Amino acid sequence: MTTGLDNWTLAAPEIFLAAAAMIVLMVGAFRGEKGADLVSWLCVASLGVAIFLVLRLEHGAAFHDLFLVDAFTKAMKVLSLVAAGIAIVMSRSFFLRAGMWRFEFPVLVLLATLGMLIMISSNDLMTLYLGLEMQSLALYVTAAFQRDDQRSTEAGVKYFVLGSVASGMMLYGSSLVYGFAGTTSFPSLAAGFLAGQASTGAVIGLVFVLAGLVFKVSAVPFHMWTPDVYEGAPTPVTALFAAAPKIAALSLIVSVVMGPFRPLLLQWQQILIAVAVLSTIWGAVAALRQENIKRLMAYSSIGHMGYVLLGLAAATEEGVRSVVVYMIIYLAMNVGTFACILSMRRKGVMVERIGDLAGLSTRQPGMAFALLLFMFSMAGIPPLAGFFGKLNVFLAAINAGLYIPAAIAVLASVVGAYYYVRIVKVMYFDDPAPAFDRPVERDMAVIMLAAALFVFPVFPVFQTPFLNGAQTAAKTFFSGK
Amino acid sequence: MTIGLAHYLTVAAILFVLGIFGIFLNRKNVIVILMSVELMLLAVNINLVAFSTHLGDLIGQVFAMFVLTVAAAEAAIGLAILVVYFRNRGTIAVEEINLMKG
Repeated sequence: MTTGLDNWTLAAPEIFLAAAAMIVLMVGAFRGEKGADLVSWLCVASLGVAIFLVLRLEHGAAFHDLFLVDAFTKAMKVLSLVAAGIAIVMSRSFFLRAGMWRFEFPVLVLLATLGMLIMISSNDLMTLYLGLEMQSLALYVTAAFQRDDQRSTEAGVKYFVLGSVASGMMLYGSSLVYGFAGTTSFPSLAAGFLAGQASTGAVIGLVFVLAGLVFKVSAVPFHMWTPDVYEGAPTPVTALFAAAPKIAALSLIVSVVMGPFRPLLLQWQQILIAVAVLSTIWGAVAALRQENIKRLMAYSSIGHMGYVLLGLAAATEEGVRSVVVYMIIYLAMNVGTFACILSMRRKGVMVERIGDLAGLSTRQPGMAFALLLFMFSMAGIPPLAGFFGKLNVFLAAINAGLYIPAAIAVLASVVGAYYYVRIVKVMYFDDPAPAFDRPVERDMAVIMLAAALFVFPVFPVFQTPFLNGAQTAAKTFFSGK
Repeated sequence: MTIGLAHYLTVAAILFVLGIFGIFLNRKNVIVILMSVELMLLAVNINLVAFSTHLGDLIGQVFAMFVLTVAAAEAAIGLAILVVYFRNRGTIAVEEINLMKG
């Protein structure tokens, strides 16, 4: 007889993070304002322990099939944990200068990460909803964290309102799926749809669920919150938004469409293709006239999400593999770029216009070269890592017969290259603007260096282990089902 | 006339659409948006409970409990963010939320 608690050790990383968040919160409450440094290191250490616990997990389902651990979820969990840890490290100097270095911030990130892990492992519509909300509620607060700043609080309000609408739509979809398919469990849903019980109601439910999830990865047509929230939120929070939640939400889309809704391929494939193509186009075109670099990164991330979803729309093992590989590369490029943006500071004040980068190559050649690598990589110029990410996605799409969407995405990628190359042009050929504060802080320099080394030469030269790892992760959806 | 599943679903759908319209057509006050979000979540709850009795399955009611709990947390956080916003701007009119555009 199963009690539902038989495999509870599968949730060890989540249980550990929940306990750690409570303990760390207590430490912060007793140490007061002085405890922020200690709390932030404890949080980073907890994320490290969680990575270790994730890597040791066995595969299986727990809690009456509410919770699933397999190679794919493990890979995505490690990526989210790494992204969250780096975001905490990057936030310290920014908030210290803003006078907002408080212990609540790392704890909120820890709780959001816990939500992400639950989302990634969800194997039931209920777990999906609770994980998603846990992540979102913590992130709404972080967006408004600089509470005496008008733009930060406005970003918080916008993110909260639009995020709640998206959650509501996803929930309405879940209720329809439950009603028309008779269950919320992913394996039972898949079995039901395979037996040919997909009623119109369930398909409408699927569309609503996808709309809610597409909002969370900020793909067109649910992208309108992204530029405002990216611009208004404190920069380290933007760096967090650009990486960890995207990875978690994307892995959720993968496990939803490849798991329970796999038999409804014909229905969701068209939606994903439309979303992917529109995102790549809008991400490229709308970014052309941006002057604020955080806003530019918002459109850039919309574009990247388009490419990833195109890989997923292929619905093949190759497609899922390309999604995992792209997310690894995306994480490295984003973290590196935001480390550069966080170092754009004059006399202690953050600047975020693209024109402020002018002449960086003469004043800080190292940082300029790192940013050049990230920009070229995002544009997809060989031999940098970003090229291989796009190559994998396009190959997967073409092998699945999606010729026209792949061609449009390639063209959008060419248009998008303009604004990445423009940043390089401003740094290397424009008349120098006043210099940034020097030297670049040690934390930022280390992150920049590591990300730059990953983009080139580590990833292009040592691709095989990454590709094999992604292959193992992708295989979980295609073996013996 | 007996009240059946279809009636409950219709009521829930009307409430849900009202909630969405309340958010996008409202030009006055952010509090109204919060109320509209609650309306959407309650529409979902009606759906879940109606399906639950129709299917003779308890999961829908369990789900509705979770939705209620999360809705409470969401309202608390939404109001907190709104208070912080009001302190900075002195207004919560929807038209005034426009520092960033593009």
